[in-house]
Amino acid sequence: MSDNISRVLELLTAVGFILALKGLSTPKTARNGNLLGALAATVATAAIFFSVADLKHTTYIIAAIVLGFAIGWPAARRVQMTQMPQMVALFNGVGGGAAALVSVVEFLHSEAGQPGVVVDNIAIAATVFTVLIGSVSFTGSIITFMKLQELMTSRPVVIPLGQIITPLVALGALGSAVMLIVSPSQSLLFAVLGLSLVLGVLFVLPVGGADVPIVISLLNAFTGLSVAASGYVLGNVLLIVAGTLVGASGTLLTQMMATAMGRPITGTLFGAFKKREASDGGGATEARPVKSGSPQDIAIMLGYARKVILVPGYGLAVAQAQSTLRELADLLTARGIEVDYAIHPVAGRMPGHMNVLLAEASVPYEQLKEMDEINPEFPMADVALVVGANDVVNPAARADKSAPIYGMPILDVDQAQQVVFLKRSMRPGFAGIENELLFDQRTTLLFGDAKESLTKVVAGLKAL
Amino acid sequence: MDPISLLTIFVLSIFVGIEVISKVSAVLHTPLMSGANAIHGIVLIGAIIVTGQSEEGSIAMILGLIAVVLATINMVGGFVVTDRMLEMFKPRKSGE
Repeated sequence: MSDNISRVLELLTAVGFILALKGLSTPKTARNGNLLGALAATVATAAIFFSVADLKHTTYIIAAIVLGFAIGWPAARRVQMTQMPQMVALFNGVGGGAAALVSVVEFLHSEAGQPGVVVDNIAIAATVFTVLIGSVSFTGSIITFMKLQELMTSRPVVIPLGQIITPLVALGALGSAVMLIVSPSQSLLFAVLGLSLVLGVLFVLPVGGADVPIVISLLNAFTGLSVAASGYVLGNVLLIVAGTLVGASGTLLTQMMATAMGRPITGTLFGAFKKREASDGGGATEARPVKSGSPQDIAIMLGYARKVILVPGYGLAVAQAQSTLRELADLLTARGIEVDYAIHPVAGRMPGHMNVLLAEASVPYEQLKEMDEINPEFPMADVALVVGANDVVNPAARADKSAPIYGMPILDVDQAQQVVFLKRSMRPGFAGIENELLFDQRTTLLFGDAKESLTKVVAGLKAL
Repeated sequence: MDPISLLTIFVLSIFVGIEVISKVSAVLHTPLMSGANAIHGIVLIGAIIVTGQSEEGSIAMILGLIAVVLATINMVGGFVVTDRMLEMFKPRKSGE
């Protein structure tokens, strides 16, 4: 294929990616946008086999692609929507790993470090950057995956002497990176690789559960930047454009998410949750009195209300109770009751996650209200029904300056006339802190699996 | 291509990346992140290029092939999982 044709194809692919991101910004065009991105990526990949002169090992390469396909496709098809955030984290991590490896291999080819070879310092710097950031993204994403998949605790993990070890490793990685740029050698490159892999782990371990989504988004942006840098190393424009697009949009998205949670990014990354953990020691679940009600009590409370606001949380998704909740909403609407869903920006595990889950259960968009829109309505609501949510309705975020979630915007559920919590247990939420609202006079609790509880309440409503 | 041209492309891409998603609705934050994630799977072409230049049986070739597998997982898995999320946003018939 002539050089010009392949250049034009690269350009078209880049345009395809830009339009894909643009499409993903509006519900109407989102799906087509994604398909366009996939098409562009496929074309670009196929074209590379024709545009690069003497590409060796094509059989092995195609076999490797088939293998990657055989792993990626079924994993993505089978994952449950509730587990999707960790899947995205994992896909992002392997992308970062791939970018790091690409630069390592290119370095091995370049003969940099051999006597008498003149090196391009900028290219070496880009190589080092890719290896460093790509590796951090790789191991960091694996840790976030393990946290979300509950293969390890979602609480911040504080390693002894962590405040000393982490900066030391970071300095070590940066130091070897600088030395590598000054005098390139393979051993230094592998030192950077090894230290960065460790750094990724150390970097994510102290992050608290509720902040993990922000970290996924940030690591996503990281991978984008490392792909852009690898594009510089290879002199490939498409990689630069695609990587930078993701890096820039990912950074903006991370900022949007952090704002939605009312947490400065630095606080997220440097473990603001740490202090509290030590003093609280697990919260010592005191035997304070709470008011619990039967499903019938709750059915009556709901059935004779005028306005009900439903607050779905991650617990709803885990119990796969979205459709049951919709059934309840339909029943209430049929009784002439005004029903809205209040969606916290980070309900579920990431911004927009709850919208995806409720869309899966065919809840009409019009009933989904975002936080700013619904908050003024809580004082008018007779009942706020909280299903499997906790941290996003915890008034401590407003009042208690010492609470780790202080400053996070919350749904003003406590302003409603009555509050009903459907909860599995008294266990605190993802952020690991107590919710005073549970002990309030106006609060009724119904313990149990969200789906079972909702089914009972629905039965109670039908009997009214 | 000379460094300055590459730098130009880099800087302009930053602005495009920010501009193009600045009006995204919160509903789509998660699919957007996932879609962007799939796009950086294009590092696959980088992996193919470096593997194709390596010596038979060298460490470079092995690392390159691993990169090809990882990048393919990123790209394929990323687009598929994004599509699954967006599938749910399609307009549906009432009473379904």
